[in-house]
Amino acid sequence: MKYMMFVCTDTEPDPPSGDPKLDDVEDWVARHDASGARVMGDALRPVADATTVRKRGGKVLVTDGPFAETREWIAGFDILECADLDEAIDVAAQHPMARFGRLELRPFWGDAEGGPTQ
Amino acid sequence: MARPSDPSTAASDVHRALAEVVAAERLSIVATLIRTTGDWELAEDAVADATERALQRWLRDGIPARPAAWLTTTARRIAIDVLRRRDTEGRKLALLAMSDVPHDETTGSRHPMGDDRLRLIFTCCHPALSLEAQVALTLQAVSNLPVADIGRVFLTSENTMGQRVLRAKRKIANAGIPFRVPPADLFPERLDGMLAVIYLVFTAGYTRMDDGLAIEGIRLGRLLRELMPDDDEVRGLLALMLFQHARRGARMVDGELVTLEEQDRARWATDTIGEALSLGPVGDGERGPYRIQAELAEVHATALDAGSTDWLRIVALYDELLAVHPSPVVALNRAVAVGMSDGPLAGLRALDAVAEELPDLHLVAAARGELLARAGRIAEASSELTRAIDLAPTDAERRQLERRRRELGPFCP
Repeated sequence: MKYMMFVCTDTEPDPPSGDPKLDDVEDWVARHDASGARVMGDALRPVADATTVRKRGGKVLVTDGPFAETREWIAGFDILECADLDEAIDVAAQHPMARFGRLELRPFWGDAEGGPTQ
Repeated sequence: MARPSDPSTAASDVHRALAEVVAAERLSIVATLIRTTGDWELAEDAVADATERALQRWLRDGIPARPAAWLTTTARRIAIDVLRRRDTEGRKLALLAMSDVPHDETTGSRHPMGDDRLRLIFTCCHPALSLEAQVALTLQAVSNLPVADIGRVFLTSENTMGQRVLRAKRKIANAGIPFRVPPADLFPERLDGMLAVIYLVFTAGYTRMDDGLAIEGIRLGRLLRELMPDDDEVRGLLALMLFQHARRGARMVDGELVTLEEQDRARWATDTIGEALSLGPVGDGERGPYRIQAELAEVHATALDAGSTDWLRIVALYDELLAVHPSPVVALNRAVAVGMSDGPLAGLRALDAVAEELPDLHLVAAARGELLARAGRIAEASSELTRAIDLAPTDAERRQLERRRRELGPFCP
Protein backbone atom coordinates (compact mmCIF):
# COMPACT_ATOMS: atom_id res chain seq x y z
CA MET A 1 0.00 0.00 0.00
CA LYS A 2 1.07 3.56 -0.68
CA TYR A 3 1.00 6.12 2.11
CA MET A 4 1.65 9.85 2.05
CA MET A 5 3.60 10.73 5.16
CA PHE A 6 3.25 14.40 6.08
CA VAL A 7 6.13 15.61 8.20
CA CYS A 8 4.77 18.24 10.60
CA THR A 9 6.34 20.42 13.24
CA ASP A 10 5.16 20.33 16.83
CA THR A 11 5.16 22.93 19.57
CA GLU A 12 6.31 20.38 22.16
CA PRO A 13 9.26 18.47 20.66
CA ASP A 14 11.48 15.96 22.44
CA PRO A 15 15.07 17.15 22.89
CA PRO A 16 17.70 15.78 20.44
CA SER A 17 18.72 12.21 21.27
CA GLY A 18 22.42 13.02 21.33
CA ASP A 19 23.01 10.30 18.74
CA PRO A 20 23.72 12.18 15.47
CA LYS A 21 22.78 9.11 13.44
CA LEU A 22 19.35 8.89 15.09
CA ASP A 23 18.68 12.61 14.60
CA ASP A 24 19.84 12.71 10.97
CA VAL A 25 17.06 12.72 8.38
CA GLU A 26 19.56 11.80 5.66
CA ASP A 27 20.34 8.57 7.47
CA TRP A 28 16.60 7.72 7.64
CA VAL A 29 16.24 8.54 3.92
CA ALA A 30 19.20 6.36 2.95
CA ARG A 31 17.96 3.37 4.97
CA HIS A 32 14.41 3.46 3.68
CA ASP A 33 15.39 4.24 0.10
CA ALA A 34 17.53 1.11 0.29
CA SER A 35 14.73 -1.02 1.76
CA GLY A 36 12.26 0.25 -0.84
CA ALA A 37 9.83 1.61 1.77
CA ARG A 38 10.46 5.25 0.71
CA VAL A 39 9.37 6.01 -2.85
CA MET A 40 10.25 9.72 -2.82
CA GLY A 41 9.95 12.79 -0.67
CA ASP A 42 11.29 16.25 0.03
CA ALA A 43 11.44 19.04 2.55
CA LEU A 44 9.18 22.03 1.90
CA ARG A 45 10.11 25.70 2.18
CA PRO A 46 8.53 27.48 5.17
CA VAL A 47 4.93 28.74 5.18
CA ALA A 48 6.24 32.28 4.58
CA ASP A 49 6.80 31.10 1.01
CA ALA A 50 3.38 29.40 0.73
CA THR A 51 0.64 30.57 -1.62
CA THR A 52 -3.00 29.51 -1.33
CA VAL A 53 -5.13 29.35 -4.47
CA ARG A 54 -8.94 29.16 -4.68
CA LYS A 55 -11.39 29.68 -7.49
CA ARG A 56 -14.79 31.04 -6.48
CA GLY A 57 -17.48 32.25 -8.82
CA GLY A 58 -15.08 31.80 -11.71
CA LYS A 59 -12.50 34.09 -10.14
CA VAL A 60 -9.06 32.92 -9.03
CA LEU A 61 -8.27 34.12 -5.50
CA VAL A 62 -4.60 34.05 -4.57
CA THR A 63 -3.55 34.68 -0.97
CA ASP A 64 -0.26 34.70 0.86
CA GLY A 65 0.39 31.92 3.36
CA PRO A 66 -0.87 28.38 4.08
CA PHE A 67 -4.55 27.33 3.87
CA ALA A 68 -4.79 26.82 7.60
CA GLU A 69 -3.33 29.15 10.21
CA THR A 70 -1.91 26.81 12.84
CA ARG A 71 1.10 26.78 15.10
CA GLU A 72 2.28 23.61 13.38
CA TRP A 73 3.05 23.41 9.70
CA ILE A 74 3.89 20.79 7.13
CA ALA A 75 7.67 20.78 6.79
CA GLY A 76 7.98 18.00 4.24
CA PHE A 77 6.56 14.77 2.93
CA ASP A 78 7.55 11.25 1.97
CA ILE A 79 5.68 8.69 -0.08
CA LEU A 80 5.95 5.24 1.48
CA GLU A 81 5.28 1.85 -0.04
CA CYS A 82 4.52 -0.61 2.77
CA ALA A 83 2.77 -3.94 3.23
CA ASP A 84 0.35 -2.52 5.78
CA LEU A 85 -0.19 0.25 8.33
CA ASP A 86 1.97 -1.44 10.99
CA GLU A 87 4.96 -1.37 8.64
CA ALA A 88 4.28 2.28 7.76
CA ILE A 89 4.05 3.13 11.48
CA ASP A 90 7.38 1.39 12.04
CA VAL A 91 9.07 3.36 9.23
CA ALA A 92 7.51 6.63 10.45
CA ALA A 93 8.53 6.00 14.07
CA GLN A 94 12.19 5.80 12.98
CA HIS A 95 12.03 9.27 11.37
CA PRO A 96 13.74 11.93 13.54
CA MET A 97 10.67 14.16 13.16
CA ALA A 98 8.62 11.54 15.03
CA ARG A 99 10.46 12.91 18.08
CA PHE A 100 10.82 16.59 17.10
CA GLY A 101 7.44 16.90 15.40
CA ARG A 102 4.73 14.52 14.26
CA LEU A 103 4.01 12.45 11.22
CA GLU A 104 0.64 11.88 9.59
CA LEU A 105 0.12 8.74 7.53
CA ARG A 106 -2.56 8.96 4.85
CA PRO A 107 -3.25 6.00 2.57
CA PHE A 108 -3.56 6.71 -1.16
CA TRP A 109 -6.98 6.17 -2.74
CA GLY A 110 -5.18 4.16 -5.41
CA ASP A 111 -7.29 1.41 -6.95
CA ALA A 112 -9.35 0.88 -3.83
CA GLU A 113 -13.05 0.26 -4.20
CA GLY A 114 -15.26 3.32 -4.07
CA GLY A 115 -14.18 6.79 -5.03
CA PRO A 116 -13.40 9.83 -2.90
CA THR A 117 -17.13 10.59 -2.86
CA GLN A 118 -17.84 7.58 -0.67
CA MET B 1 -24.28 -34.51 6.62
CA ALA B 2 -27.76 -34.10 8.08
CA ARG B 3 -29.20 -36.85 10.20
CA PRO B 4 -32.20 -38.58 8.61
CA SER B 5 -35.10 -36.23 8.97
CA ASP B 6 -36.70 -36.56 12.36
CA PRO B 7 -40.15 -34.99 12.27
CA SER B 8 -40.48 -35.39 16.02
CA THR B 9 -37.68 -32.88 16.70
CA ALA B 10 -39.38 -30.21 18.74
CA ALA B 11 -39.05 -26.62 17.60
CA SER B 12 -37.69 -25.71 21.03
CA ASP B 13 -34.87 -28.27 20.59
CA VAL B 14 -33.94 -26.68 17.27
CA HIS B 15 -33.93 -23.19 18.78
CA ARG B 16 -31.82 -24.35 21.68
CA ALA B 17 -29.35 -26.28 19.50
CA LEU B 18 -28.99 -23.30 17.16
CA ALA B 19 -28.52 -20.82 20.01
CA GLU B 20 -25.81 -23.06 21.48
CA VAL B 21 -23.93 -23.49 18.24
CA VAL B 22 -24.13 -19.75 17.45
CA ALA B 23 -22.85 -18.87 20.93
CA ALA B 24 -19.94 -21.31 20.57
CA GLU B 25 -19.01 -20.87 16.92
CA ARG B 26 -20.19 -17.49 15.60
CA LEU B 27 -17.03 -15.62 16.54
CA SER B 28 -14.73 -18.21 14.96
CA ILE B 29 -16.74 -18.31 11.74
CA VAL B 30 -16.93 -14.51 11.44
CA ALA B 31 -13.23 -14.10 12.25
CA THR B 32 -12.15 -16.71 9.68
CA LEU B 33 -14.38 -15.15 7.01
CA ILE B 34 -12.93 -11.70 7.77
CA ARG B 35 -9.43 -13.09 7.37
CA THR B 36 -10.19 -14.85 4.10
CA THR B 37 -12.40 -12.18 2.48
CA GLY B 38 -11.07 -9.02 4.12
CA ASP B 39 -14.68 -7.83 4.23
CA TRP B 40 -16.21 -7.38 7.69
CA GLU B 41 -19.75 -6.72 6.56
CA LEU B 42 -19.74 -9.67 4.17
CA ALA B 43 -18.46 -11.94 6.96
CA GLU B 44 -21.05 -10.83 9.50
CA ASP B 45 -23.92 -10.89 6.99
CA ALA B 46 -22.95 -14.38 5.82
CA VAL B 47 -23.09 -15.75 9.36
CA ALA B 48 -26.40 -13.99 10.04
CA ASP B 49 -27.87 -15.44 6.81
CA ALA B 50 -26.51 -18.90 7.61
CA THR B 51 -28.12 -18.72 11.06
CA GLU B 52 -31.46 -17.83 9.52
CA ARG B 53 -31.12 -20.61 6.96
CA ALA B 54 -30.19 -23.07 9.72
CA LEU B 55 -33.39 -22.32 11.62
CA GLN B 56 -35.59 -22.99 8.59
CA ARG B 57 -33.71 -26.07 7.43
CA TRP B 58 -33.30 -27.67 10.85
CA LEU B 59 -36.99 -27.20 11.68
CA ARG B 60 -37.82 -29.03 8.45
CA ASP B 61 -35.07 -31.71 8.29
CA GLY B 62 -33.95 -32.06 11.87
CA ILE B 63 -30.76 -30.98 13.59
CA PRO B 64 -27.70 -32.09 11.57
CA ALA B 65 -25.21 -34.51 13.12
CA ARG B 66 -22.53 -31.79 13.26
CA PRO B 67 -24.37 -28.50 13.65
CA ALA B 68 -21.16 -26.42 13.99
CA ALA B 69 -19.77 -27.77 10.72
CA TRP B 70 -23.15 -27.23 9.06
CA LEU B 71 -23.20 -23.55 10.10
CA THR B 72 -19.55 -22.98 9.12
CA THR B 73 -19.96 -24.57 5.69
CA THR B 74 -23.22 -22.75 5.00
CA ALA B 75 -21.78 -19.36 6.01
CA ARG B 76 -18.73 -19.96 3.81
CA ARG B 77 -20.91 -20.95 0.83
CA ILE B 78 -23.02 -17.83 1.27
CA ALA B 79 -19.86 -15.69 1.36
CA ILE B 80 -18.48 -17.41 -1.76
CA ASP B 81 -21.77 -16.80 -3.60
CA VAL B 82 -21.64 -13.10 -2.72
CA LEU B 83 -18.02 -12.88 -3.88
CA ARG B 84 -18.83 -14.68 -7.16
CA ARG B 85 -21.59 -12.19 -7.90
CA ARG B 86 -19.19 -9.32 -7.34
CA ASP B 87 -16.84 -8.17 -10.05
CA THR B 88 -13.82 -6.71 -8.34
CA GLU B 89 -10.06 -7.02 -8.34
CA GLY B 90 -9.97 -8.56 -4.90
CA ARG B 91 -12.60 -11.17 -5.73
CA LYS B 92 -10.30 -13.81 -7.17
CA LEU B 93 -7.81 -13.37 -4.38
CA ALA B 94 -10.52 -13.80 -1.76
CA LEU B 95 -11.95 -16.89 -3.47
CA LEU B 96 -8.46 -18.34 -3.61
CA ALA B 97 -7.90 -17.64 0.08
CA MET B 98 -11.21 -19.27 0.96
CA SER B 99 -10.42 -22.41 -1.01
CA ASP B 100 -7.51 -23.00 1.38
CA VAL B 101 -9.89 -23.56 4.26
CA PRO B 102 -10.80 -27.23 4.67
CA HIS B 103 -14.54 -27.76 4.48
CA ASP B 104 -14.96 -29.62 7.71
CA GLU B 105 -13.05 -27.05 9.70
CA THR B 106 -15.22 -25.66 12.46
CA THR B 107 -13.15 -23.50 14.75
CA GLY B 108 -10.12 -22.33 12.81
CA SER B 109 -6.63 -23.33 13.76
CA ARG B 110 -6.18 -24.87 17.17
CA HIS B 111 -2.90 -23.09 17.66
CA PRO B 112 -3.82 -20.15 19.89
CA MET B 113 -1.66 -17.54 18.15
CA GLY B 114 -3.09 -18.72 14.84
CA ASP B 115 -6.67 -18.43 16.07
CA ASP B 116 -8.72 -16.07 13.92
CA ARG B 117 -10.67 -14.92 16.99
CA LEU B 118 -7.46 -13.57 18.50
CA ARG B 119 -6.60 -11.86 15.20
CA LEU B 120 -10.02 -10.26 15.24
CA ILE B 121 -9.70 -8.94 18.80
CA PHE B 122 -6.23 -7.50 18.16
CA THR B 123 -7.48 -5.84 14.97
CA CYS B 124 -10.47 -4.29 16.78
CA CYS B 125 -8.05 -2.86 19.36
CA HIS B 126 -5.50 -1.44 16.90
CA PRO B 127 -4.13 1.88 18.21
CA ALA B 128 -4.80 3.61 14.86
CA LEU B 129 -8.49 3.47 15.88
CA SER B 130 -9.75 5.84 18.57
CA LEU B 131 -10.21 4.23 21.98
CA GLU B 132 -13.97 4.70 21.68
CA ALA B 133 -13.95 3.03 18.26
CA GLN B 134 -11.89 0.16 19.66
CA VAL B 135 -14.40 -0.42 22.45
CA ALA B 136 -17.41 -0.09 20.13
CA LEU B 137 -15.93 -2.40 17.50
CA THR B 138 -14.95 -5.02 20.09
CA LEU B 139 -18.47 -4.98 21.54
CA GLN B 140 -20.03 -5.22 18.07
CA ALA B 141 -17.75 -7.64 16.21
CA VAL B 142 -16.46 -9.81 19.08
CA SER B 143 -19.29 -9.67 21.62
CA ASN B 144 -22.02 -9.40 18.97
CA LEU B 145 -23.92 -6.85 21.08
CA PRO B 146 -26.67 -4.96 19.24
CA VAL B 147 -25.49 -1.54 18.05
CA ALA B 148 -28.36 0.11 19.97
CA ASP B 149 -27.01 -1.36 23.24
CA ILE B 150 -23.48 -0.16 22.44
CA GLY B 151 -24.95 3.29 21.74
CA ARG B 152 -26.43 3.32 25.24
CA VAL B 153 -22.97 2.57 26.70
CA PHE B 154 -21.65 5.72 25.03
CA LEU B 155 -24.86 7.69 25.64
CA THR B 156 -25.42 8.05 21.92
CA SER B 157 -28.07 6.96 19.42
CA GLU B 158 -28.15 3.64 17.57
CA ASN B 159 -27.69 5.56 14.33
CA THR B 160 -24.60 7.47 15.49
CA MET B 161 -23.07 4.30 16.93
CA GLY B 162 -23.79 2.37 13.73
CA GLN B 163 -21.99 5.06 11.74
CA ARG B 164 -19.03 4.98 14.14
CA VAL B 165 -18.67 1.19 13.91
CA LEU B 166 -18.95 1.34 10.13
CA ARG B 167 -16.30 4.08 9.95
CA ALA B 168 -13.95 1.99 12.09
CA LYS B 169 -14.39 -1.03 9.79
CA ARG B 170 -13.76 1.15 6.74
CA LYS B 171 -10.62 2.59 8.30
CA ILE B 172 -9.29 -0.92 8.92
CA ALA B 173 -9.71 -1.69 5.22
CA ASN B 174 -8.68 1.71 3.82
CA ALA B 175 -5.69 2.44 6.06
CA GLY B 176 -4.29 -1.07 5.71
CA ILE B 177 -4.60 -2.17 9.34
CA PRO B 178 -3.41 -5.81 9.20
CA PHE B 179 -5.68 -8.63 10.39
CA ARG B 180 -3.25 -10.49 12.58
CA VAL B 181 -1.82 -11.16 16.00
CA PRO B 182 1.00 -8.59 16.29
CA PRO B 183 4.57 -9.86 15.87
CA ALA B 184 6.83 -10.20 18.93
CA ASP B 185 8.27 -6.64 18.79
CA LEU B 186 4.78 -5.08 18.85
CA PHE B 187 3.08 -7.71 20.99
CA PRO B 188 3.58 -6.29 24.52
CA GLU B 189 2.27 -2.79 23.76
CA ARG B 190 -0.59 -4.07 21.58
CA LEU B 191 -1.58 -6.54 24.28
CA ASP B 192 -1.61 -3.68 26.83
CA GLY B 193 -3.95 -1.75 24.54
CA MET B 194 -6.26 -4.73 24.10
CA LEU B 195 -6.41 -5.46 27.84
CA ALA B 196 -7.21 -1.78 28.46
CA VAL B 197 -10.20 -2.01 26.08
CA ILE B 198 -11.54 -5.10 27.84
CA TYR B 199 -11.04 -3.58 31.29
CA LEU B 200 -12.81 -0.44 30.06
CA VAL B 201 -15.83 -2.54 29.03
CA PHE B 202 -15.86 -4.09 32.51
CA THR B 203 -15.38 -0.84 34.45
CA ALA B 204 -18.01 0.95 32.35
CA GLY B 205 -20.43 -1.72 33.55
CA TYR B 206 -19.04 -1.79 37.08
CA THR B 207 -19.25 1.94 37.78
CA ARG B 208 -22.73 2.17 36.28
CA MET B 209 -23.97 -0.95 38.05
CA ASP B 210 -24.67 -2.38 34.60
CA ASP B 211 -24.20 -6.09 35.27
CA GLY B 212 -24.61 -7.04 31.61
CA LEU B 213 -21.68 -4.93 30.48
CA ALA B 214 -19.50 -6.04 33.41
CA ILE B 215 -20.28 -9.67 32.58
CA GLU B 216 -19.43 -8.99 28.93
CA GLY B 217 -16.02 -7.68 30.06
CA ILE B 218 -15.49 -10.88 32.05
CA ARG B 219 -16.64 -12.98 29.09
CA LEU B 220 -14.04 -11.26 26.90
CA GLY B 221 -11.45 -11.83 29.63
CA ARG B 222 -12.31 -15.54 29.71
CA LEU B 223 -12.07 -15.77 25.93
CA LEU B 224 -8.61 -14.18 26.03
CA ARG B 225 -7.49 -16.58 28.71
CA GLU B 226 -8.68 -19.48 26.57
CA LEU B 227 -6.71 -18.07 23.62
CA MET B 228 -3.58 -17.06 25.59
CA PRO B 229 -3.54 -19.35 28.64
CA ASP B 230 0.11 -18.70 29.47
CA ASP B 231 0.03 -14.90 29.51
CA ASP B 232 0.17 -13.66 33.10
CA GLU B 233 -1.36 -10.25 32.35
CA VAL B 234 -4.33 -11.93 30.63
CA ARG B 235 -4.82 -14.11 33.74
CA GLY B 236 -4.27 -11.11 36.00
CA LEU B 237 -6.91 -9.02 34.25
CA LEU B 238 -9.50 -11.81 34.47
CA ALA B 239 -8.69 -12.33 38.16
CA LEU B 240 -8.97 -8.57 38.82
CA MET B 241 -12.38 -8.35 37.14
CA LEU B 242 -13.65 -11.41 39.01
CA PHE B 243 -12.49 -10.11 42.41
CA GLN B 244 -14.30 -6.82 41.75
CA HIS B 245 -17.37 -8.50 40.29
CA ALA B 246 -17.61 -10.74 43.37
CA ARG B 247 -18.49 -7.64 45.42
CA ARG B 248 -21.45 -6.63 43.27
CA GLY B 249 -24.05 -7.92 45.75
CA ALA B 250 -22.55 -5.85 48.57
CA ARG B 251 -21.68 -2.61 46.76
CA MET B 252 -25.24 -1.43 46.39
CA VAL B 253 -27.82 -2.08 49.06
CA ASP B 254 -31.35 -0.66 48.67
CA GLY B 255 -30.08 1.66 45.95
CA GLU B 256 -27.34 3.05 48.19
CA LEU B 257 -23.61 2.76 47.49
CA VAL B 258 -21.66 0.97 50.23
CA THR B 259 -17.88 1.56 50.56
CA LEU B 260 -15.50 -1.38 50.63
CA GLU B 261 -14.91 -0.91 54.36
CA GLU B 262 -18.60 -1.01 55.20
CA GLN B 263 -19.60 -3.83 52.88
CA ASP B 264 -21.20 -6.95 54.33
CA ARG B 265 -18.59 -9.50 53.28
CA ALA B 266 -21.09 -12.33 53.60
CA ARG B 267 -22.66 -10.87 50.45
CA TRP B 268 -19.47 -11.34 48.43
CA ALA B 269 -19.73 -14.14 45.84
CA THR B 270 -17.36 -16.78 47.19
CA ASP B 271 -17.48 -18.91 44.01
CA THR B 272 -16.38 -15.89 41.94
CA ILE B 273 -13.57 -15.17 44.41
CA GLY B 274 -12.61 -18.85 44.19
CA GLU B 275 -12.35 -18.63 40.40
CA ALA B 276 -10.21 -15.47 40.71
CA LEU B 277 -7.92 -17.18 43.24
CA SER B 278 -7.39 -20.04 40.78
CA LEU B 279 -5.89 -17.54 38.31
CA GLY B 280 -2.64 -17.09 40.22
CA PRO B 281 0.62 -15.96 38.64
CA VAL B 282 2.32 -18.01 35.91
CA GLY B 283 5.84 -17.60 34.54
CA ASP B 284 8.67 -15.76 36.23
CA GLY B 285 8.73 -12.61 34.12
CA GLU B 286 8.23 -9.10 35.44
CA ARG B 287 4.80 -8.62 37.03
CA GLY B 288 2.56 -6.36 34.98
CA PRO B 289 -0.03 -3.83 36.15
CA TYR B 290 -3.04 -6.20 35.93
CA ARG B 291 -1.30 -8.92 37.97
CA ILE B 292 -0.41 -6.34 40.64
CA GLN B 293 -3.95 -4.94 40.70
CA ALA B 294 -5.33 -8.49 40.93
CA GLU B 295 -3.15 -9.07 44.01
CA LEU B 296 -4.40 -5.81 45.52
CA ALA B 297 -7.97 -6.99 45.00
CA GLU B 298 -7.01 -10.38 46.43
CA VAL B 299 -5.76 -8.82 49.68
CA HIS B 300 -9.19 -7.22 50.15
CA ALA B 301 -11.10 -10.29 48.99
CA THR B 302 -9.33 -12.60 51.45
CA ALA B 303 -9.38 -10.31 54.51
CA LEU B 304 -11.91 -11.60 57.04
CA ASP B 305 -13.14 -8.06 57.76
CA ALA B 306 -12.12 -4.50 56.92
CA GLY B 307 -10.18 -4.20 60.19
CA SER B 308 -7.88 -7.12 59.46
CA THR B 309 -6.88 -5.88 55.99
CA ASP B 310 -3.12 -6.14 55.45
CA TRP B 311 -2.52 -2.45 54.67
CA LEU B 312 1.28 -2.73 54.70
CA ARG B 313 1.04 -5.27 51.90
CA ILE B 314 -1.37 -2.99 50.04
CA VAL B 315 1.02 -0.02 50.27
CA ALA B 316 3.84 -2.24 48.99
CA LEU B 317 1.70 -3.39 46.04
CA TYR B 318 0.79 0.23 45.21
CA ASP B 319 4.50 1.10 45.25
CA GLU B 320 5.13 -1.76 42.83
CA LEU B 321 2.22 -0.63 40.64
CA LEU B 322 3.48 2.97 40.59
CA ALA B 323 6.88 1.74 39.43
CA VAL B 324 5.48 -0.06 36.36
CA HIS B 325 2.47 2.16 35.73
CA PRO B 326 2.82 5.67 37.19
CA SER B 327 -0.56 7.40 37.51
CA PRO B 328 -1.95 10.05 39.87
CA VAL B 329 -5.03 7.91 40.58
CA VAL B 330 -2.81 5.03 41.71
CA ALA B 331 -0.85 7.49 43.87
CA LEU B 332 -4.15 8.65 45.40
CA ASN B 333 -5.11 5.08 46.30
CA ARG B 334 -1.66 4.57 47.76
CA ALA B 335 -2.11 7.66 49.96
CA VAL B 336 -5.38 6.23 51.30
CA ALA B 337 -3.59 2.94 52.05
CA VAL B 338 -0.77 4.83 53.80
CA GLY B 339 -3.44 6.50 55.93
CA MET B 340 -4.64 3.04 56.97
CA SER B 341 -1.22 1.55 57.65
CA ASP B 342 0.72 4.52 59.10
CA GLY B 343 -2.07 6.71 60.45
CA PRO B 344 -4.13 9.60 59.05
CA LEU B 345 -1.39 12.25 59.27
CA ALA B 346 0.97 10.16 57.13
CA GLY B 347 -1.93 9.60 54.74
CA LEU B 348 -2.59 13.36 54.51
CA ARG B 349 1.08 14.02 53.72
CA ALA B 350 1.02 11.38 50.97
CA LEU B 351 -2.25 12.83 49.66
CA ASP B 352 -0.89 16.40 49.51
CA ALA B 353 1.88 15.12 47.24
CA VAL B 354 -0.62 13.88 44.63
CA ALA B 355 -3.59 16.24 45.03
CA GLU B 356 -2.14 18.89 42.72
CA GLU B 357 -2.29 16.53 39.79
CA LEU B 358 -5.98 15.78 40.35
CA PRO B 359 -7.42 19.19 41.28
CA ASP B 360 -11.09 18.48 40.53
CA LEU B 361 -11.43 14.82 41.36
CA HIS B 362 -14.09 14.16 44.00
CA LEU B 363 -12.14 11.13 45.21
CA VAL B 364 -9.28 13.36 46.41
CA ALA B 365 -11.61 15.54 48.49
CA ALA B 366 -13.43 12.44 49.77
CA ALA B 367 -10.13 10.79 50.78
CA ARG B 368 -8.90 13.95 52.50
CA GLY B 369 -12.23 14.27 54.33
CA GLU B 370 -11.93 10.69 55.52
CA LEU B 371 -8.32 11.12 56.70
CA LEU B 372 -9.15 14.41 58.49
CA ALA B 373 -12.11 12.75 60.21
CA ARG B 374 -9.88 9.96 61.44
CA ALA B 375 -7.37 12.55 62.67
CA GLY B 376 -10.19 14.13 64.69
CA ARG B 377 -10.27 17.34 62.61
CA ILE B 378 -14.03 17.14 62.10
CA ALA B 379 -14.76 20.68 60.85
CA GLU B 380 -12.11 20.43 58.12
CA ALA B 381 -13.30 16.90 57.29
CA SER B 382 -16.83 18.14 56.86
CA SER B 383 -15.87 20.93 54.48
CA GLU B 384 -13.73 18.52 52.38
CA LEU B 385 -16.71 16.15 52.15
CA THR B 386 -18.87 19.09 51.03
CA ARG B 387 -16.36 19.76 48.28
CA ALA B 388 -16.40 16.07 47.30
CA ILE B 389 -20.22 16.12 47.18
CA ASP B 390 -20.11 19.12 44.82
CA LEU B 391 -17.66 17.32 42.52
CA ALA B 392 -19.20 13.81 42.62
CA PRO B 393 -20.25 12.63 39.15
CA THR B 394 -23.09 10.27 40.14
CA ASP B 395 -26.10 10.57 42.45
CA ALA B 396 -25.20 7.33 44.22
CA GLU B 397 -21.75 8.66 45.11
CA ARG B 398 -23.22 12.00 46.20
CA ARG B 399 -25.68 10.30 48.54
CA GLN B 400 -22.95 8.08 49.99
CA LEU B 401 -20.77 11.15 50.71
CA GLU B 402 -23.72 13.04 52.22
CA ARG B 403 -24.38 10.07 54.50
CA ARG B 404 -20.76 10.11 55.60
CA ARG B 405 -20.90 13.84 56.26
CA ARG B 406 -24.02 13.40 58.40
CA GLU B 407 -22.21 10.75 60.45
CA LEU B 408 -19.56 13.32 61.35
CA GLY B 409 -22.14 15.17 63.40
CA PRO B 410 -22.98 18.79 64.11
CA PHE B 411 -20.25 20.45 62.03
CA CYS B 412 -22.23 20.02 58.82
CA PRO B 413 -22.89 23.35 57.14
